Amino acid sequence: MSTPAYNFAYLDEQTKRMIRRAILKAIAIPGYQVPFASREMPMPYGWGTGGVQVTAAILGPNDVLKVIDQGSDDTTNAISIRKFFAKTAGVATTTSTTDATVIQTRHRIPEAPLHAGQVLVYQVPIPEPLRFLEPRETETRRMHALAEYGLMHVKLYEDIARFGHIATAYAYPVKVNARYVMDPSPTPKFDNPKMDNCAALQLFGAGREKRIYAIPPYTKVVSLDFEDHPFTRYRFDAPCALCGAEEAYLDEIVTDDSGGRMFVCSDTDFCERRQAAGHRGLESAAPHKERAHG
Amino acid sequence: MVEVQRARGNDEPLMVAEGLSKNFGRLTACRDVSFTLHQGEVLAIVGESGSGKTTLLQMLSAQLEPTSGRVSYRMRDGVLRDLNSLGEAERRLLFRTDWGYVHQDPAQGLRMAVSAGANVGERLMAVGWSHYGKIRQTASSWLERVEIDTARIDDAPRTYSGGMRQRLQIARNLVTEPRLVFMDEPTGGLDVSVQARLLDLMRNLVSELALAAIVVTHDLAVARLLSHRVMVMKGGRVIETGLTDQVLDDPHEPYTQLLVSSILPP
Repeated sequence: MSTPAYNFAYLDEQTKRMIRRAILKAIAIPGYQVPFASREMPMPYGWGTGGVQVTAAILGPNDVLKVIDQGSDDTTNAISIRKFFAKTAGVATTTSTTDATVIQTRHRIPEAPLHAGQVLVYQVPIPEPLRFLEPRETETRRMHALAEYGLMHVKLYEDIARFGHIATAYAYPVKVNARYVMDPSPTPKFDNPKMDNCAALQLFGAGREKRIYAIPPYTKVVSLDFEDHPFTRYRFDAPCALCGAEEAYLDEIVTDDSGGRMFVCSDTDFCERRQAAGHRGLESAAPHKERAHG
Repeated sequence: MVEVQRARGNDEPLMVAEGLSKNFGRLTACRDVSFTLHQGEVLAIVGESGSGKTTLLQMLSAQLEPTSGRVSYRMRDGVLRDLNSLGEAERRLLFRTDWGYVHQDPAQGLRMAVSAGANVGERLMAVGWSHYGKIRQTASSWLERVEIDTARIDDAPRTYSGGMRQRLQIARNLVTEPRLVFMDEPTGGLDVSVQARLLDLMRNLVSELALAAIVVTHDLAVARLLSHRVMVMKGGRVIETGLTDQVLDDPHEPYTQLLVSSILPP
């Protein structure tokens, strides 16, 4: 009874083959949502069941895995998924963006540029960008098939009419390879430009909705906008309180109950590296020691 | 050949229906209907409920495939084409650009939760307009044309009255300057004074834009005010057809006589 009761990386080989076929199809048609037979995973829907299945299907024994949740390596979700694969696949794990070969992410793209050979796996709650505009799945599929995307601009129009600017701040729709309109999962629109012409392979898994889609390396990804209201990035207008970064995406952290708050990098690996290199913000503490994983 | 067709311009029919029939199982909803429609012409289809008017309208607008017969439409390039031979993409493009469809219930033809401006602008965005200012300006000029206060451009149609919703639906359809508009009981469910304003508005728009229109109605007053020609339907057949005043003032068929005489005298 020394052998574990599960296969390498938890899923059985048949399931992995099925998921890999869906992934190959998704890569062949950038931005197209490929249906797949999503499995029950030992975690609730909404905690990354889609991303975990994609990761399980592509993981090999020599891979180095990094998992982030909202940019952070040390939140519950990130730690438990990292532990899950350390236990079921015995793969090496890391918090370093550059050292990882597979990065599973929820809601962020790392600040450090990705390089060729890396795979970024997104956890996706709602893969259909047209979902809240057109409730019928049959109709949205037809709209994708015929590239009828006028409705997507209706949403952006509504934003400008109501708020004076495009107020959509996350899950900002993009057009992939000049064909399919895609929901980039709830990443902040700050990260949208990083998807364009990216050297790494980007895979998107939606477990509850049973869809996989992909952006192959070096693919054109354009954020939708109006000529007179062009796409803009958004970040809090402040340097990181810990590392002083001016260009990184920031989290707002409430520090007391009388309005005190601080802004820190949402990408913990990026922030720690900058602190280790001697960069300091206004409230920086000593950089904490890297924990051992595995 | 194409040159000849172009030169003849408006002499060519815009839409030709030949021997249209539709069966639902054993039930024949529509039987052997043929007619031609020219640019700028308004045709009213009248008859009681269950006479096959709506089935006919759905076949004409390519939403329902006829059991036999065919519908041809002269595309913007001047070529008459069988609607059945169009691919789905072409058919949907036609529906979004060269055609309009005014539903009896505005909730079916409008997006009730998005603003009036976006409702009117949707067709423009669907054909590739991507300049917010221009879309908004066009939408507001159309709201003016259908007599909706432009201050309400950012309100959702669910906050509008029935008459305003119907006018908004018309604006939404006409913004791409279609050549043919289908209307299914456009004044149904509106009170009499609102009906009168709506009819007045539609009559002006139809003549200004030289629109062709096919109006399905059970209300003979609507047919009289709007249409040039009338088709009377009963039990799925066209029983009488002709110029509006001719049919309504001098009906030949007993059923048409009954219809006309059942209008209350003013």
